[in-house]
Amino acid sequence: MALSAQSVNVRFGGVRAVTDVSLRLDQGEILGLVGPNGAGKTTLVNVLSGFQRPAEGDVQIDGQSVRAQPPHWFPANGVVRTFQSVRLFMGLTVSENIEAALTVAGYSRRSARAKAGDLLDYLGLAERRDTIASALNYSDERRVGIARALALNPRFLLMDEPAAGMNAAEVDELGVLIHAIRKDFGCGVLVIEHNMRLISDLCERLHVIVQGATLAVGAPEDIWGLPEFRSAYLGATS
Amino acid sequence: MNSVQIITDALSLGGIYALTALGIGLVFSVLRLANFAHAELVTVAGYALLIGVGLPLPLVLFMAAAASVLVAMATERLAFRPLRHVDQTTMLVSSFAVSILIQNIFVFFSGSRAKGVDILPALARQVSVLGADVSMVKLTTIAVCGATLVGLISFLRFTRLGLEMRAASQDFSMARNLGVRADRVILIAFALSGILAAVVGVLFVAEVGFVQPRLGLQLVIISFVGTVIGGLGNLTGAMVGGFLIGFIATLLQTFLPLELREFREAFLFGIVILILLVRPHGLFPARHLKERV
Repeated sequence: MALSAQSVNVRFGGVRAVTDVSLRLDQGEILGLVGPNGAGKTTLVNVLSGFQRPAEGDVQIDGQSVRAQPPHWFPANGVVRTFQSVRLFMGLTVSENIEAALTVAGYSRRSARAKAGDLLDYLGLAERRDTIASALNYSDERRVGIARALALNPRFLLMDEPAAGMNAAEVDELGVLIHAIRKDFGCGVLVIEHNMRLISDLCERLHVIVQGATLAVGAPEDIWGLPEFRSAYLGATS
Repeated sequence: MNSVQIITDALSLGGIYALTALGIGLVFSVLRLANFAHAELVTVAGYALLIGVGLPLPLVLFMAAAASVLVAMATERLAFRPLRHVDQTTMLVSSFAVSILIQNIFVFFSGSRAKGVDILPALARQVSVLGADVSMVKLTTIAVCGATLVGLISFLRFTRLGLEMRAASQDFSMARNLGVRADRVILIAFALSGILAAVVGVLFVAEVGFVQPRLGLQLVIISFVGTVIGGLGNLTGAMVGGFLIGFIATLLQTFLPLELREFREAFLFGIVILILLVRPHGLFPARHLKERV
């Protein structure tokens, strides 16, 4: 099973945000999507999650085109994303934040509450269940965001800078968690991230985008050695 | 006027404003649209009562509710949904256009003069409460407003759709990202606003005893101010703001010198300005006013 973008182009007015990018995320793998700021990574995730329809190209799940599906179709069919800013529903409780995702997926309020409890146990947040989301600290906020995404039972989990703003210890915990999610949920995970230590620890493959176009795809150790990558991403002159 | 009568007046007027403010707030919370055509949803219920004079009361009440809900849903489908992806100002202009169009339809079919409607004559009598004479219509208004508020809060708190609406009201695009269907949530918000407008329309007509094409206009303008005072985008704020406006209006009506009472609304809006100078985002500012759909 795979989620893929095929020769995708996205333009905003006269600006080409993504140019002829093809990307494949297999179920069960962790793929790193890296590139400098403004490279088009988030736009590509928007395309993969149905939030941005490409001007040209296709989005496919297992070879079937899903390009024309509305945004709400994607989470219902296992394509789930998290955001750089977590965007919890701040006036709802932690449990309600997760229940909101579960009820959309067809759970009753009662069964959604039970399932939310299981997910909060999994994320180590059981005692925060009835806390209003606005009262959470930053790290817990991010965990609830991940729990909310897991509530949708993802086949493909697209994470936009999940380590943003975290300290080193929290990044380590996040790495362990993402490995566990891949193992326990069996989903493919795409991670946009600037923390290269985390990316190296997590990913079997990297997809590098620069100025909206694919620069390279390969194993992290191969990518780090590319002079073009170092030049584009790190500003080195090779 | 003794304190029981003042409290009764304040609660009944505040309840009417609170339900109207909630109707406006529900739509604003999911669409970021201050729907001024909400006034006509109130008026539609009033004209449904006029048409239903002589029919059994439950049927007349059902007609009023159905008329407001249908008009609310029709305006969403025909006047607002096609404009969702353009500038918000365009939707605001559209809401004025819908408002004036419906007013003129009333004028065309029924004339611009007020028409008497006496749906519940039994409510005209006075009853004694703690030694004070209080009108039944005000007590009924308080009871119905209270029951409607409990029903609405229960819907939002305990049902799947209610949870989806609360989530969508805080961050619509995130809710869509979870799979919430934008069209459905917005349509339900309009339908609920129609139900609230119908309750207000019936209670208001029962109180004043007539309908006219601009019946809901003044109510909605004052209630919109209540929504702003409460905090745009915050449903609790809308409810509190509506009650607050009702209380202030009643107190002004009671305690202003006789020669100043005709300027009651000038004083009311003066107090509103003072509140907004101190709390420019309202008493309960929405924490996450995100972009609309």
